[in-house]
Amino acid sequence: MTTLFDKVWDRHEILRRDDGVSLIFVDRHLVHEGSHHAFRKLAERNLPVKRADLTFGVTDHYAPTRPGPVPDNIRGMLSGLLENCAKHGIRCFGPDDPRQGIVHVIGPEQGLTLPGLTINCGDSHTSTHGAFGAIAFGIGASEVAHVLATQTLWQKRPPVMRLTVDGDLAPGVTAKDIALGWIARLGTGGAQGHAVEYAGSAVRAMSMEARMTLCNLSIEGGARSGMVAPDETTFAYLQGRPFAPAGAAWEQACDDWRALASDDDARFSRDIRIDAAEIAPLVTWGTSPEDALPITGTVPERTDRTAEALAYMGLTPGRPLAGTPVDQVFIGSCTNGRIEDLRAAAAVLSGRTAKVPGLVSPGSAAVKKRAEEEGLAQIFTDAGLTWAASGCSMCVGMNGDTVEAGKRCASTTNRNFRGRQGQGARTHLMSPAMAAAAAVAGALTDVRPMLEGRT
Amino acid sequence: MTGWTRVEGPALRFPYDNVDTDQLIPARFMSTPRSEGYGKYFLHDHPDRDTLNGATILIAGRNFGCGSSREAAVYALADFGIRAVLAPSFGDIFAANAVNNGLLPAAMDPEDIASLEGTLTVDLETCTVGGRPFRLDPAARDKLVNGWDDIDLTLSRLQQIETFTRQYHGTIPWSIPTQGDTR
Ligand code: SF4
Repeated sequence: MTTLFDKVWDRHEILRRDDGVSLIFVDRHLVHEGSHHAFRKLAERNLPVKRADLTFGVTDHYAPTRPGPVPDNIRGMLSGLLENCAKHGIRCFGPDDPRQGIVHVIGPEQGLTLPGLTINCGDSHTSTHGAFGAIAFGIGASEVAHVLATQTLWQKRPPVMRLTVDGDLAPGVTAKDIALGWIARLGTGGAQGHAVEYAGSAVRAMSMEARMTLCNLSIEGGARSGMVAPDETTFAYLQGRPFAPAGAAWEQACDDWRALASDDDARFSRDIRIDAAEIAPLVTWGTSPEDALPITGTVPERTDRTAEALAYMGLTPGRPLAGTPVDQVFIGSCTNGRIEDLRAAAAVLSGRTAKVPGLVSPGSAAVKKRAEEEGLAQIFTDAGLTWAASGCSMCVGMNGDTVEAGKRCASTTNRNFRGRQGQGARTHLMSPAMAAAAAVAGALTDVRPMLEGRT
Repeated sequence: MTGWTRVEGPALRFPYDNVDTDQLIPARFMSTPRSEGYGKYFLHDHPDRDTLNGATILIAGRNFGCGSSREAAVYALADFGIRAVLAPSFGDIFAANAVNNGLLPAAMDPEDIASLEGTLTVDLETCTVGGRPFRLDPAARDKLVNGWDDIDLTLSRLQQIETFTRQYHGTIPWSIPTQGDTR
């Protein structure tokens, strides 16, 4: 009767208070430049880091992606993390480390992310790591300080919602489209208060990278975490990763992981079903991830609910979404900056030229190296796009990679919030292939005709 | 953090749904130390920001504080002078962050919210504001009232944590990362 979530939760529950709040042991704690508030809290109380061996640091939010002078405030954020990590004996992948990258890309890549673990980070997209069958969720600075000091967290066990995606995805349709699709259907508060488990034949058929994209976007539907039961795809991805168990420990781990699945008779507090075959490539038109529509659709009518967003986005109601001119594209982020994402974008761009400028920032230094070896970087630069170093970059604009006010960006990121990519920036979320297609067309466009004969 | 039971002050309306943390504090201000005060960054780029001057209570739309885990969004609200936000629903991480900083995220029925205006009293004892009920997890309520600090609370249970950890790592040794550097 037990869900996957509850199985993992139970083995981490140190105690449960009478008011229902549990103290949970944390297996992995990931910190980045934004963790400075938490380190300051620790310093104010003169507390040590409890388990530096389970804590890992990486520079990503402020990481420079292009050569040139680094402004003082950004340099300060980078060195602040390195100093805090050095002071507390935390292993840190800094700007020049070959293991550097976006925290949610490098966790899995380095084998730090494993099935059955609890993983926390001061970043809401920590839900990404749930793709491996871990309980992974973002926390605020007070909670980061708490984990640093105690390696535990006080949490109330959330109810679990199952989202089953059955059937086959059509060509040109990706995990990003499934995610935007369910968020559009249920709303950004649709899974609020819940942990989500993704199930169904379409999810089982997905690569780890696609599962990560799916879990990554859980937070945009209001869920703090998303999970997929581990299987052979998971094990194949993890085997041989630098920090993953090896030898006898690997065998022991795999035996354990095979039992990590929801029981057939497990009860979920909500059960949602989606037919994969009905999903088309989506784009967002508004300022919330729930404002997503098929690319074949039209800009919604002006209502009390849509007026603000339409005005901010500068869109005319009733016009087809396809054909809306874009000023630039961005391909990257923890949502869609992994090697498969870059391959999907390159498959569209190969032999074609981008009509508008664009930035491609791989999710990690290792992804960057691989993409260069595979010739993907060459495809991007031949098409006229800028190939940059890895970091959060234009997903959040903290490192100075921003979209100018009033400019429209086709973006593979996760948030089309007002000002997310820069003050006044207009963001349309979509998959990497769709962003590549937008670059070629200079406008929002359906990628499917461009894929004919290519996949 | 000091605890509180009652707060009285002007309640002002910010009637938008899905007010996300990027709006509450734009990312470009987040490298600033908290000691400089975050109140000036609160809703910095929003055209209606100045209509909220003097607010102690914010009346907001659904899914308030959705988006990122940045606690700076709560710092901005708190440093601006806001002690309670009334909304039909909140982003989960935002609500947790709020409580950790003495800010009340009061979940209320839209009809109750619609009836409120002027100077109001928030009462954590009765879980009401302006005489209307709000929903708040009892554990969160206790924390706000007592001004509890989780770290102190947890460090008092250190022995129990140590025992658990030994046993846990005994059964699941592979959960400790291998020394990735040395391979
Ligand atoms: S890429 Fe964007 S969403 Fe992902 S961790 Fe960085 S800032 Fe957060």
